Amino acid sequence: MTWNEDWGRISAIARKDLITERRSKAGFNSVAALGVTMLVLFGFAFGPDAQALRDAAAGALWLAILFAGVLAFNRSYQVELESGALDELLQYPGARWTIYAGKLISNLIFVSLMLAIVVAAGIVLFQIHIPSAWPMLLVTLLLGIVGLVTLGTFYAAMASRTRAREVLLPLLLFPMLVPVLLAAMSASKALLGGDLMHEASAWIRLLLGYDVIFLVAALFAFEHVIEV
Amino acid sequence: MDLQSDLPIDAIRVARRFGSKWVLRGVSLRVHSGEVVGLLGANGSGKSTMLRILATLLRPNAGTASIYGHDVVSAADEVRRTVGILAHAPGLYDDLTARENLRFAAEMSGLPTTDLGSLLGEVGLSEVADERVRGFSSGMQRRLAVARLMLRRPQLLLLDEPYSNLDSDGIVLMNSLISRTARGGGASLIVLHELAPASGILDRTVTIVDGRIAKPEKPASYRVPVSAAGAIS
Amino acid sequence: MVVPRPGAWRWFGVFAFAFLIFTQTLAILTSPPDRDMGDLEKILYVHVPAAWITFLSFFVVLAFSARYLWKGREKDDLLAAAAAEVGATFNGLTLLLGMIWGRPAWGVWWTWDARLTSTLVLFLIFVGYLALREFVDDAQRRAQWSAVVGALGAINVPIVYMSVRWWRTLHQIQSNPNTMDPAYVLGLRANAFAFLFIMIYFIHQRYVIASLQRATEHAAEAVALGGQQE
Repeated sequence: MTWNEDWGRISAIARKDLITERRSKAGFNSVAALGVTMLVLFGFAFGPDAQALRDAAAGALWLAILFAGVLAFNRSYQVELESGALDELLQYPGARWTIYAGKLISNLIFVSLMLAIVVAAGIVLFQIHIPSAWPMLLVTLLLGIVGLVTLGTFYAAMASRTRAREVLLPLLLFPMLVPVLLAAMSASKALLGGDLMHEASAWIRLLLGYDVIFLVAALFAFEHVIEV
Repeated sequence: MDLQSDLPIDAIRVARRFGSKWVLRGVSLRVHSGEVVGLLGANGSGKSTMLRILATLLRPNAGTASIYGHDVVSAADEVRRTVGILAHAPGLYDDLTARENLRFAAEMSGLPTTDLGSLLGEVGLSEVADERVRGFSSGMQRRLAVARLMLRRPQLLLLDEPYSNLDSDGIVLMNSLISRTARGGGASLIVLHELAPASGILDRTVTIVDGRIAKPEKPASYRVPVSAAGAIS
Repeated sequence: MVVPRPGAWRWFGVFAFAFLIFTQTLAILTSPPDRDMGDLEKILYVHVPAAWITFLSFFVVLAFSARYLWKGREKDDLLAAAAAEVGATFNGLTLLLGMIWGRPAWGVWWTWDARLTSTLVLFLIFVGYLALREFVDDAQRRAQWSAVVGALGAINVPIVYMSVRWWRTLHQIQSNPNTMDPAYVLGLRANAFAFLFIMIYFIHQRYVIASLQRATEHAAEAVALGGQQE
């Protein structure tokens, strides 16, 4: 049981999920379209005053990503449940965390692509001025996505196999993600406003800590979740 | 080493419930090396549940089962290296091609991905190797699932109504996999609802009635086990 | 599965409630009205211990969940669930009492301050935990999943608190007995113990009920398996 074997499984799962997503484009397109639709609705809620829109932009973006992301996580296990593929997947020998790691990677790529579309739409709709500290903003986006996908992929492994998956996943996931959302929204908002109070870096450190803690916890705990 | 513990299947009073309904109420079953055993019973009698427990996909609520001496709960990883299950659902990915499905299985089992073309030829799917499984008939999907089993070369085959949806060529293919496994010292447990397609290769049958094995295991007259001696070596 | 006998626990329950009545009376009678709040401060003797007990219960959930994942004993699953139910109850009580306090003290039912908000988030996390238990039928799966969810939820408690605190802080600096008038300290401490006893009693009672339910299932199991199981 070498690292090579583990990596082989991780990349096989990630590649398989991404091929499936690419071939059924409808899935990605509709999830991304939902994200953009949410932005438009937030625009109605906070607009049309330009300054009010800019103030609300960070929050609206993250909420749009959160809601669209939840759909992506359940989809990622839906593929396994459709024709009994999960049983087959569990029949392969080897460590169980590799299944989680593979799905984590494919979900990260999926949600990052969706994020790119939603952010691009947000820049236009909310009249965002891209700040000079945009690399920090990019780091914030990435760390926020990692936190979201880490727990989303983990909880969907349970929720997708219960009677009430549509309700249960957000119910479990959203309260757990409060630190991620607060940190990502606050850091994004601060950076968009020029980070006058120098608070962004503290929030980014919080995001980083959160990501590391829950990534490690999820990798360890996944076996207990998938194995029954 | 304890001789009994190295049996392909050694199940002792395995019980399993779903909710408050007991599907298996204590199934004890031994299968020796080289044996091909048919598992019979009415619909809902727990045959598939038994296979899933032996394949580590379900845990028993009571009782124990071991595969080649490895407990299905505590040594699940070792069991998975020796067992191959052909379930009701083919467990294929609809949006991947036949070849991609096989490659995925090979990569997940840590096997080389080079010889997939000839394997697809063996099960008669060369023509459609690069078409998506979504368009396959259920018989073709079954053939692809058989190819996946052949790829992994399990010592113990757990087959859930393997002949359904297969044409006569497919049945021959299935039976040759079963007897090849038996000749190599492996074994098979086959859930059946009709004996006909398997009659040539079965060593004996056991029947589950009311969650238990109905009658004591008795050697059937179909065929002498190929390597009964292999059970003790 | 051994069903615990009531025995001494019945007396412990009587003692816990008697002690609670005693400490509440004591605190209300001995504490002078607050300079600003007047008699409103008396709600603290319920609100503050309830908040402490909330956090303590979730620590208990973490401990039993972790032990379940480690040893796989059904007992730990039932105890974790009992602690989560009791914790969620005290959590709800804390929120309600906080609002009853907040209305006259701050003029609003709700304020987005750090402690109030993180207590609410905590409540939602454990509502999710209890919902998960409802939606999973298989006992083994339920135990394993809820142990994981309970442990992750408990790990998140300090992180939630920290993030909400950074996000906004309106609340008075956390009081500790050193900066408080000694007249209030005794009442708070005594009531903390009273609530602790009540918590232990409640968790035990919920655990007994769950064990009884489980015991009937096991009895049905023995019948179904024809006396093969003990």
